[in-house]
Amino acid sequence: MAIQDRLSGNEAVSIAMKQINPDVMPAFPITPSTEIPQYVSQFIANGEMDTVFIPVESEHSAMSACIGSQSAGGRTVTATSSCGLALMFEMLYVAASNRLPITMAVVNRALSGPININNDHSDSMGARDSGWLQIYAENAQEAYDNFFQCMRIGEHPAVQLPVMCCQDGFITSHAVERMELIETEKVKAFMGEYKPEHYLLNPDETLAVGPYDIPQYYMEHKKAQAVAMENAREAIMEVAKEFEAMTGRKYGMIEEYRMEDAELAMIIIGSSAGTAKEACDELRAAGVKAGVIKVRVFRPFPAEEIVAALKGVKAVAIMDKTESFSANGGPMGAEVKAAMFGKLNDVLVTNYIYGIGGRDVKVDDLKSVYDKLAEMVKTGKAPEHYQYLALRD
Amino acid sequence: MKKLTEIRWHGRGGQGAKTASLLLADVAFSTGMYIQGFPEYGPERMGAPITAYNRLSDEPLRVHSNIYEPDYVAVVDETLLDAVNVTAGLKPEGAIVINTAKEPEEILPKLNGYKGKVYTLDAKKVSLATIGKNIPNTPMLAAVVRASGVMDEQLFLDNMQASFKHKFATKPEVVEGNMKALSMALEEVKVYDGSK
Amino acid sequence: MTDQNKMKNITIDNKWQDLTPGGMIFASGNSVEFRTGDWRTITPKMVWDKCKQCLLCAPMCPDSSIPVKDGKRLEFDYDHCKGCGICAKVCPFDAIVFGGEEE
Repeated sequence: MAIQDRLSGNEAVSIAMKQINPDVMPAFPITPSTEIPQYVSQFIANGEMDTVFIPVESEHSAMSACIGSQSAGGRTVTATSSCGLALMFEMLYVAASNRLPITMAVVNRALSGPININNDHSDSMGARDSGWLQIYAENAQEAYDNFFQCMRIGEHPAVQLPVMCCQDGFITSHAVERMELIETEKVKAFMGEYKPEHYLLNPDETLAVGPYDIPQYYMEHKKAQAVAMENAREAIMEVAKEFEAMTGRKYGMIEEYRMEDAELAMIIIGSSAGTAKEACDELRAAGVKAGVIKVRVFRPFPAEEIVAALKGVKAVAIMDKTESFSANGGPMGAEVKAAMFGKLNDVLVTNYIYGIGGRDVKVDDLKSVYDKLAEMVKTGKAPEHYQYLALRD
Repeated sequence: MKKLTEIRWHGRGGQGAKTASLLLADVAFSTGMYIQGFPEYGPERMGAPITAYNRLSDEPLRVHSNIYEPDYVAVVDETLLDAVNVTAGLKPEGAIVINTAKEPEEILPKLNGYKGKVYTLDAKKVSLATIGKNIPNTPMLAAVVRASGVMDEQLFLDNMQASFKHKFATKPEVVEGNMKALSMALEEVKVYDGSK
Repeated sequence: MTDQNKMKNITIDNKWQDLTPGGMIFASGNSVEFRTGDWRTITPKMVWDKCKQCLLCAPMCPDSSIPVKDGKRLEFDYDHCKGCGICAKVCPFDAIVFGGEEE
């Protein structure tokens, strides 16, 4: 029997870490992810887990220590947010190119400046091309469920890449919600023992990791890394299937909500996807054929899945919880439009920047997006420029 | 029809409004409800006005925004009535619960013409008499349960007993005082029906 | 992809599929494979008559290119000597000629 509990997102992820009992956790605290290393330290002090916790002097050091311990052969986790993730930036690429399946809980928070502690996706979206997988949660339940899956996907022999397990800062991390925990024995069976093929502490194998790469090899190594990211698609579905067999909870690259006959669609990520479903239901009750596509996995990008889900849709709003300053829209906008190119040329598309820096995202705000889509269908025209939602103008 | 109750808490940093919202979520969860308990976060520190929220429902909760049209509002610090528009969006068929030594009728002029029920409780008096310290959020929790009727009061008391025993495992002597605070609050809370 | 001592077998003719993940190197002491001797523009030469086998030169060589066996230095390892000239500088007996008539 699954265990009913009421937990915040940070508590849920900390409990996932406790149940996994990884070998090493190097971490440096930063709002709003601070509670994760705090809870884990408490569990260790209480003797509930025997992970080696490494208190470090910065996030750059945290990620460096993660790289060291994962190369040595240890299952390694960490947690961070915002500027902490930014300070790790250099080492993120090293972790990915060294093919080290580190699992990191990212509690999304706006990047300065102006300085702000609240939620948006500018931190992890800024690191979207670092070679890490990125999986986003809608609520505490998903943050918990995703953490196990993230680790399994990263450790998959065909993948061997680090994974960011993202949840929305404060909205998910600090809100207490009812959720289900998995029995620890089941978690242990699902996670298995970590047995890397190659690791530095193996006395039977001579090994050097992270060598200098000359131009004659760099491209070939990057190609191999890119193929590992492509392989992740299959690994994600394989792990999700196993997870569903254990818990009954179904996961995929994307989640389609009332998309079967939808004419107006919204593509959205994270906690606001729940709010979007509510907006969608209210519009459906009024006879509007609305639907929601929740993007769960952003890296690798679910291009095919989104294109398939958009079949029959007349207008789509692509929602970005970050500004990319491309002067052409947000990162999700760019990715989705690239995926649609040559395949869905008749769909009217608009791209919104919403909820950045913790701006509250209300049901009515998202309903207004569907209103805009309906207007686009009526006039047959999409706005030329991308837009800001609920902006004072 | 799903039964959703939305509550907004007003307090000052350090007074336990966030803790009260989490405790209410906790006790509602233990009666089998779906719950959300969350504060609105910012750079506020001790003494600054803060807001916390509860959503309580028989069905899973999906909306992750703040609450703008609450069914109930709880004001943990009376001085906030002059600083914050506590009745903003409050549904007339709902109620406001205020921690004050004053009678409900005396408070009315500060409620921007609110027409619903007004509950008052001298939470300072109750907590001093039972816990020995001014901890207003425990008695306020009982008053909110009375005002909102989200759960049976005896069920509430039974579950709080278990919750306090767990929360104060290292200092069991304070459980009795907190339980007394809850039952005294249920006796002391006064109501004025503005709709009549 | 995972056979041991892989580094020795990898050349710039290998395709990306043949490389190790992250460029892992499954061998030690393999810098000997890399002939740095062809970086050399000036070559040190021994004048064996003058050498007293004091062995000051060997530990000073930054490229470990002066092999020592049974307490005596041997001929330079020209596969790896980069021609820095430090050995000639430290020799108290002018037993190493560095840059001279023959260059």
